[in-house]
Amino acid sequence: MVGERAISKALKFYVPLGLYLLFLLFPFYWMVNTVFKSDKEMYNLELNPFYIHSPTLENIVHLFTRTIFLKWMANTFFVAILSTLMALGASLLAAYAIQRLRFRTSQPTGVAIFLSYLIPQTILFIPLAHVIFQLKLWDSLWALVLTYPTFLVPFCTWLLMGYFKSIPKEMEECAMIDGASRVRIFRSIILPLCLPGILSAGIFCFTLSWNEYIYALAFISDTSSKTVPIGLVTELVRGDVYHWGPLMAGALCASVPVALVYSFFVEHYVAGMTGALKE
Amino acid sequence: MAEVRLQSVCKRFEEVVAVKDFNLFIQDKEFVVLVGPSGCGKTTTLRMIAGLEEITSGEIFIGQTLVNRVPARDRNIAMVFQNYALYPHMTVYQNMAFGLEMRKTPKEEIRRRVQEAADILGIGELLQRKPKQLSGGQRQRVALGRAIVRKPQVFLFDEPLSNLDAKLRVQTRLELKKLHSRLSTTAVYVTHDQVEAMTMGDRIVVMKDGLIQQVGSPLELYNFPANTFVAGFLGSPSMNFFEAALKREGSAVSVCKGSLRIDLPPEKAGFLEGYKQETVIVGVRPEDLKPVQEHLPGRTLQALVEVVEPIGNETYVDVEAGGVSLIAGVGRNVQVRPGEKLILMPALERINLFDTQSQRALGLHHS
Amino acid sequence: MGEAISQSEAMPGALRHRLSRALENPTLLGFLFVAPAELILLIFLAYPFVLGLWLGFTDTVVGREGSFVGLENYKELLEDSAFWLTVFNTFLYTVVAVILKAVLGIGLAVVLNRDFKAKGLVRAIVLLPWIVPTALSAICFWWLYDSTFSGISWVLMRLGLIDGMINFLGDPWNARFSLIAANVWRGIPFFTIGLLAGLQTISPELYEAADLDGASFWSKFRKITLPLITPLLAVVTAFSTIWTFADFQLIWIITKGGPAGATHVFGTLSFQRAMSGGHFGEGAAISNFMLPILVVCVLISFKYLRRED
Repeated sequence: MVGERAISKALKFYVPLGLYLLFLLFPFYWMVNTVFKSDKEMYNLELNPFYIHSPTLENIVHLFTRTIFLKWMANTFFVAILSTLMALGASLLAAYAIQRLRFRTSQPTGVAIFLSYLIPQTILFIPLAHVIFQLKLWDSLWALVLTYPTFLVPFCTWLLMGYFKSIPKEMEECAMIDGASRVRIFRSIILPLCLPGILSAGIFCFTLSWNEYIYALAFISDTSSKTVPIGLVTELVRGDVYHWGPLMAGALCASVPVALVYSFFVEHYVAGMTGALKE
Repeated sequence: MAEVRLQSVCKRFEEVVAVKDFNLFIQDKEFVVLVGPSGCGKTTTLRMIAGLEEITSGEIFIGQTLVNRVPARDRNIAMVFQNYALYPHMTVYQNMAFGLEMRKTPKEEIRRRVQEAADILGIGELLQRKPKQLSGGQRQRVALGRAIVRKPQVFLFDEPLSNLDAKLRVQTRLELKKLHSRLSTTAVYVTHDQVEAMTMGDRIVVMKDGLIQQVGSPLELYNFPANTFVAGFLGSPSMNFFEAALKREGSAVSVCKGSLRIDLPPEKAGFLEGYKQETVIVGVRPEDLKPVQEHLPGRTLQALVEVVEPIGNETYVDVEAGGVSLIAGVGRNVQVRPGEKLILMPALERINLFDTQSQRALGLHHS
Repeated sequence: MGEAISQSEAMPGALRHRLSRALENPTLLGFLFVAPAELILLIFLAYPFVLGLWLGFTDTVVGREGSFVGLENYKELLEDSAFWLTVFNTFLYTVVAVILKAVLGIGLAVVLNRDFKAKGLVRAIVLLPWIVPTALSAICFWWLYDSTFSGISWVLMRLGLIDGMINFLGDPWNARFSLIAANVWRGIPFFTIGLLAGLQTISPELYEAADLDGASFWSKFRKITLPLITPLLAVVTAFSTIWTFADFQLIWIITKGGPAGATHVFGTLSFQRAMSGGHFGEGAAISNFMLPILVVCVLISFKYLRRED
């Protein structure tokens, strides 16, 4: 009986879980595995490619010395942080206003913001390129700082509206009776209570900005202004020459900040993701 | 300290009229309870006094000031909410001090007043805790404390006891009453619980469908309800009602229903002078139906026991008498079983008579 | 108290007072609060959106304002076999990838919906493909799909399942399914974590009651789990469909639409024509073909996501 139950549990749980994890983690293993191999070993078909025979840091050295990887990282940070801050600020105010101030057009405004969340960048990049050109922001990181909030604001606003909704209205009314002004209530009551939501939204913004590809590819062509994903692919692949080692090293290193932020705040991330889907 | 005056106050939410032509004068230091079933407009009325809800028409005065356009924060009132609405990120002390800080009270003064309020409520130990660390009863006290530190002109209570368990509710009810007599500040208290209303109010305002049904002291309302709604709403178990035919023989009047007949005493019969209808609604409270040994036609009812509900200090029996279902409080010493016969004698001087059509009490001059 | 305040209008701080009064007006304050977000969205989202519609009717090229050409771009596209291949690819890519993501995502969610040790850790690992920037994981897949040094080919050869290395990206159908696999890999976590939240709200008593009725694992899944998570599933699927349909970076990095246009989707083709080729008008027209599908997805997600007020 006991054995049967264990087998059934293994079949229903451990085996599928194991297969899923294998599938999901395999590319990461392949990435890390490549980073620490020399070119010679990598291109030797005789060797088992899943094993590192003579580990080396040469790919990482190549990445840091022969490309301006750090500059790209700095660019990405700059864009991600600034656009996150902009988006958070705008979304906090907007979400509060839509959810709590109940002005006449608050409902249509909420709907409009939700709709704008669903417009993919793929539709917008051509006309946006036109706008960026007119604003003379071509090749400038500011082009990204200003355009990233377009997909961050709708998401954040939607997410934060959910948080604001969860704060009992009585709390605000009580503060009102206590003599606090609307602005004061927002500052002293709402903001501290929404801190987890703000954190979730911030993490989301940061990872989304770090992730962005098409705008950065379309609006930036100057090598020193590129963000990491663009820089890696365009500078480490020259015609038919693929620097796989440094490319993998770059992918690994560029994932680190996001992975770090994520690992510290995984609960907030999950909360944000599920919160945005919930009604 | 202030009186509160509401004159022809109406509140409409788009299509729905929540409060209709509400007139009430609340005296300084008075404890007034607004009571009624949910959706009767009592909370809306309270929120209009607080300034959380705009008034559609009419006027509200606090003290001598017309407050229609005065925002909540400038009305100098304090409100205790049903869910307490404590600020979860602040300590008890900060919660209590918040309102004073908003009014730019000096630090020293705040400290003194918070301490004073905490002592009154016995929450001195809890000042550094966060609301999450408190029990329901303690939270309730903090909410009270937050209201009293402000020394407001008027206290507003929105069902403050409904989140407490039954035992604590009774205890807190008492304490609130004591607190009120100690602070002697005008208080408006909203509840759906008629026991709370009866025990706490100097005066009770019974509401239904946005309309005031009756205003008066607890016993006034209990003994002389203005209509069947008030009569049925106050008291538990509810008053027994049945529609009965009127039989007049000279000046003597009796009410009949099936095999039931009750001869009305002269002063009750007098209420029916000028009453043109054939039937009348008779209301008798359960405790006014007492078991007797002997059946006297026109004076007692012969009943069949259906259910017996002993609750300790009293035993209620559900009986069937002449086609009417009645509840009678027979006292705890009467032993009866379902299926047995019981003879009940109504206390005639306490019988209520209501107009069949308007449901209004007959013979009440002041309604 | 109330009197004191109503009289203070005439005092020196009157302006400040009036300002703070004005800020109590929900309509005015609401307008002020919404303004920054609306400004950003108007300039960089609404305006470009409308501009995009317009550009599709013009012959704009990089650096030169175009003129109105009516439906010319659309007519040319409809006669362009590369465009029709793109349409086919996009639908194939979207339909197959979304179905696979949904099925595999639900499967993993069901597996994870129980208490076990290290649940938090497993959940964190499951989310990793979603967290890591797509461009970076795309690079990784690109290398994994190498025609000579792919680890997948190596394993399959060792197992004796194939004779030679697989030409993942050189053959049209291989390339299509390689891209779908990469997209599925990245998209599973979104379905899993999104649905897991829904699964956790289903009361265990429902399953216990079903157990008492003698229901099997499958019938419990079909009769209890699926109906209860349908609204959430609809939203997640609609979102995922939009993103998959409008995908760009995964395909652009791994195949750039190749071989010979066999993996072009709307996003990559419009980028190629507009940014690489300079034909903004034509690129915009291609983008605009995405709108009808987008509208359908938006309506579905909106229906289920509508927050009651």
